[in-house]
Amino acid sequence: MSDFTTWDILRNLLLAARWTVVLSVVSFVGGAIVGALLLFMRIGKGRAGPAFVKAYVEIFQGTPLLMQLFLAFFGLGLFGIDVPAWLAAGVALILWSAAFLTEIWRGCVEAIARGQWEASSSLGMGYVQQMRYVILPQALRIAVPPTVGFSVQVVKGTALTSIIGFVELSKAGTIVTNATFEPFKVYGIVALIYFCLCWPLSKSSQILERKLNVAHRNH
Amino acid sequence: MSLIEITEVKKRFGDNEVLKGINIDVEPGEVIAIIGKSGSGKSTLLRCINGLETIDDGSISVAGAQLLPDEIHLKALRLKVGMIFQQFNLFPHLTAGRNVMLSQMVVKKTPRGEAEAMAKKMLERVGLGHKFDAYPDELSGGQQQRVAIARALAMQPIALLCDEITSALDPELVNEVLAVVKELASEGMTLLMVTHEMRFARDVCSRVVFMHQGRVHEIGPPGEVFAEPRTPELKQFLGML
Repeated sequence: MSDFTTWDILRNLLLAARWTVVLSVVSFVGGAIVGALLLFMRIGKGRAGPAFVKAYVEIFQGTPLLMQLFLAFFGLGLFGIDVPAWLAAGVALILWSAAFLTEIWRGCVEAIARGQWEASSSLGMGYVQQMRYVILPQALRIAVPPTVGFSVQVVKGTALTSIIGFVELSKAGTIVTNATFEPFKVYGIVALIYFCLCWPLSKSSQILERKLNVAHRNH
Repeated sequence: MSLIEITEVKKRFGDNEVLKGINIDVEPGEVIAIIGKSGSGKSTLLRCINGLETIDDGSISVAGAQLLPDEIHLKALRLKVGMIFQQFNLFPHLTAGRNVMLSQMVVKKTPRGEAEAMAKKMLERVGLGHKFDAYPDELSGGQQQRVAIARALAMQPIALLCDEITSALDPELVNEVLAVVKELASEGMTLLMVTHEMRFARDVCSRVVFMHQGRVHEIGPPGEVFAEPRTPELKQFLGML
């Protein structure tokens, strides 16, 4: 019955894995850009900005990513706008990543000791100068390991987009299984490919954490 | 006209009134020690003078610059008074030299070359010319505090506020910092310092302010304040009761 070799399976899955990578990169980079904008609104001085971002983060952290994907995919359809799966997946993942990255980075900014603000204030620096020259350079350093660590969540998050029909690694796994009737083998390979994508990221996050800690060992 | 005029300053944190109407006038070149128990409001007073805390009532002016809570007035005021902190608060991601250069370049827009020359001069002045390229975590506490002094001096303030600048130091490092402060005093820098170094206050300061429960309880030359305290609170504070 089945004339599919292991190589056939692997080759098709790897081809689909490209889309997992593309979607991950787009989501992460887009999420970082939106997240940075949200961060500045969140830690800025106004009143509406922080309140808006707080609500935004709570909504995205308080609902499953799957529901966000459904809403992006079917929600706009209600208004007669035909949303392709890749667009819905991209938008939902970008907004979702942004919510988490903003929150991670806010923690990093707030981890900078109050004395740094006070010292730079007492030297006459304004808010933007303090941010630019004193706070962000230090916050950035502590933000690197958790940010890289979060990228693993993004890669795994892309698996959910298979449900709205975006053909990436997981969806390809389902399709190939339907043709080969070898679910264990196929999903085993799928899992292995995910692991090969995620493990280097986790590992580099650990290494970065150790490296950057050494840089200020005496604090 | 006095250099620093503190008039009827009041400050409360919630229900707790920490400053209950402070009046102090500081003449140019004066070195003033503020002493008192913790919670007497001495650090708060110092922090009010350069706008790290807002005041609820009264007024503060330094060489004509009024303390007002907007960024332009605050900046004008802060260019006139420098501040040194208990915890040094050096920027850990910058070398000693860059710490001293940063605010000159960013706030005063001093060209890089000039800022660097000034930084070298100021580090030299606190005895740390050779540590220009060292990061704060490579320096001892005493050295870090001296860099912090150099950093404040590089902005050429007309007065310096020192908030318990030796309290976080190991005993053997206290003197190297006090020696720098003493030298500044002898060069005519106006200094307001919250301190627990009574001997230093006695030897170097022109006036001593004893604060108690948010008020100036006693004020006078160190000889008078330390030798003949008039109130039981000060006597108790000095361990004479």
